[in-house]
Amino acid sequence: MLKTFRIGGIHAPAHKLSADRWPVTLPLPEQVMILLSQHIGAPAKPLVAKGDTVKAGTLIAEAAGFVSAPVHSSVSGTVAKIEDIVDASGYRKPAIIIDVQGDVWEDSIVQGRFPDELSPQEIIEKIRQAGIVGLGGATFPTHVKLTPPPGSRAEVLIINGAECEPYLTDDHVLMLEKGEEILQGIRLLMKAAQVQKAIVGIENNKPDAIALLSSLAATVPGITIVPLKPRYPQGSEKQLIDALIRRQVASGALPVSVGAIVQNVGTAFAVYEAVVNNKPLIERIVTVTGNHLAHPCNLRVRIGTPIRYLIEQAGGIPADTGKIVGGGPLMGRALLNADVPVTKGLSGILLIPASEAQRKPARHCIRCAKCANICCMGLEPWRLMNLAEWKEWEPMKQNKMMDCLECGSCSYVCPANRPILDHIKWGKNELRLAAAAK
Amino acid sequence: MTTDKLIISPSPHIHSGDSVEKNMYGVLIALVPAWMVSLVFFGLGALIVTAVSIASCVLFEYLIQRFLIKGRITVGDGSALITGTLLAFNLPSSLPVWIILIGALAAIGIGKMSFGGLGNNIFNPALVGRVFLLISFPVQMTNWPEPGLFPLHYTDAVSGATTLAMLKGHFGEWPSYAAMLSGKMGGSLGEVSAIALLIGGVYMLWKKIITWHIPVSILLTVAVFTGVMYGIDSTQYANPFVHLLSGGLLLGAIFMATDYVTSPMTPKGMMIFGAGIGIITVAIRLFGAYPEGMSFAILIMNAFTPLINRYVKPKRFGEVINNG
Repeated sequence: MLKTFRIGGIHAPAHKLSADRWPVTLPLPEQVMILLSQHIGAPAKPLVAKGDTVKAGTLIAEAAGFVSAPVHSSVSGTVAKIEDIVDASGYRKPAIIIDVQGDVWEDSIVQGRFPDELSPQEIIEKIRQAGIVGLGGATFPTHVKLTPPPGSRAEVLIINGAECEPYLTDDHVLMLEKGEEILQGIRLLMKAAQVQKAIVGIENNKPDAIALLSSLAATVPGITIVPLKPRYPQGSEKQLIDALIRRQVASGALPVSVGAIVQNVGTAFAVYEAVVNNKPLIERIVTVTGNHLAHPCNLRVRIGTPIRYLIEQAGGIPADTGKIVGGGPLMGRALLNADVPVTKGLSGILLIPASEAQRKPARHCIRCAKCANICCMGLEPWRLMNLAEWKEWEPMKQNKMMDCLECGSCSYVCPANRPILDHIKWGKNELRLAAAAK
Repeated sequence: MTTDKLIISPSPHIHSGDSVEKNMYGVLIALVPAWMVSLVFFGLGALIVTAVSIASCVLFEYLIQRFLIKGRITVGDGSALITGTLLAFNLPSSLPVWIILIGALAAIGIGKMSFGGLGNNIFNPALVGRVFLLISFPVQMTNWPEPGLFPLHYTDAVSGATTLAMLKGHFGEWPSYAAMLSGKMGGSLGEVSAIALLIGGVYMLWKKIITWHIPVSILLTVAVFTGVMYGIDSTQYANPFVHLLSGGLLLGAIFMATDYVTSPMTPKGMMIFGAGIGIITVAIRLFGAYPEGMSFAILIMNAFTPLINRYVKPKRFGEVINNG
């Protein structure tokens, strides 16, 4: 029987419209907007000023602390300005705006060889310098994850190729296009994490990727490819660990507490490029998709490219568009406009027609228990929503509200269209603010 | 197009398409086989009782929402139709119209709307209506017409005894198993046919409207409890199959105890709830004054539901570590 996680989960229609679209490299835009905060942690500090000339790969902002990541220019050209722009959160955040001139890359970016002689620390340092963050969407700085807290030791590296969100296909096509490089990246990550074993979990709705990686992995010791039963949210760290090695990370603990480190396939590819080619994270694959979009596709784009430019490549914004989502339909963010730039963590752009973009009015809870049955963390979403509405802070904590990973399955299944996750997110935020104020 | 009219809302941005209506009308579809059987065996009486019960439940809900609560009219959600159908299923097919109206008013008015409508009621509304009538009109409510083949009788039907009444009074001959399975026996109009009720149950399981936990735990508890008693004294107590196939047990286990609003929210809680119903039902049947105890058992366990929800928690992720 196919493996999957043990508690809850939903099976949403996959809508992988762009699964057979080979990644197309998008021509350079006239201008890119590179946000200083594209990761979890402190925003990077700019190193350039208006009028400076940069190349693709030039370090333009340095990490501000350990949990932070440097940012590189994704194009060659001149720094036009540094100003606040609206990002995916809807708020204004500082960004470096660069006018594109030509396409000159830093000389250090080369076609290299697999460096057998690098030590784990050297690999981690190269990853840190390249500004690599988790590309599955969480954008946690990768070097931090590879440096477990003292006293804990990783035994196995888990690679996330699940891509469980509907519509998204960027990891899928990357596995098909760059299978060899991903495996080399996994080898580097294994060395960096000092583990002998890596398991790649791929949902079996991607049989071509499973077949390709399995055949490539046959010659690499220590790497296993495991097909998974498609189920959302399998790509979540805790669920993926449970599915692959049958261990559950305790509430509030890190994956390394059960001996696991989780990285995305896209991250593994970025690690390959960083270590072998000295190439910082300046481009990625973004799925542009939607049922009413003319040409759903996968695009290789430079970080900072306005998403409007990507959507034009996919046939333009249809007139009846009601919502543009950055990311997948279940965890993505509704964008304020199409001028938001591509960031390191942006896996896809989903256009939703106006007729499907509006929520239906919420009704009374009919206590069907469907939200509790599908909650992958074993929580009671209906209760958490009530507790948040009533501002019952202590019961919110006792009922493990902070364990919620915000996958959205509860709101997705609710027959009464209740905004369950909205309330849980608000409650979590209030609890965080209260804890920070102490 | 301009993008200044984009909709901004938190995730998720898609919905399963499930709705209150889909679940409610799903239950109604599941009730159709049992209703058809009631038409066959109780004929005109069954038709009049269901029609009056459904129409009056919907009408009372509408009137209360329109003139008392002055809120949103939600009679279209199908829940009043279910209450009406289930109330009718729990009534003898010879019950006069005016008593049905009182039952419908108790079910909708007291059982449902006084708590704030669908989702807020503590007790199963149809059972509130039935028990209200059982206590108020014990004679009419235990006057069970003999089954026929499309009989055209209503209040003038010839009455007989139910299996459970026979057990209680130790008289008469039980119906054959074939009669209990098909429904050709005395009883409330929707409770008689085991096969029709089971078909409805399987349909609801297939459509994922209910889970197996409540019906299975009720039936298992009843089977074990009555099995033990039958083992102790088979001359005094009927065998488990008679208990499982008689009275309102299957109707209650499949359609009444599984009511979303009044049953617990976790699988473990549902099984505690089901076991409680099973035990109370058998206790009333074997040791109580009434021949049947299903309605009381469900209402009593309805009252325990908030307590069960408070103390029975789902299995949290991370509480089972490394047990693979």
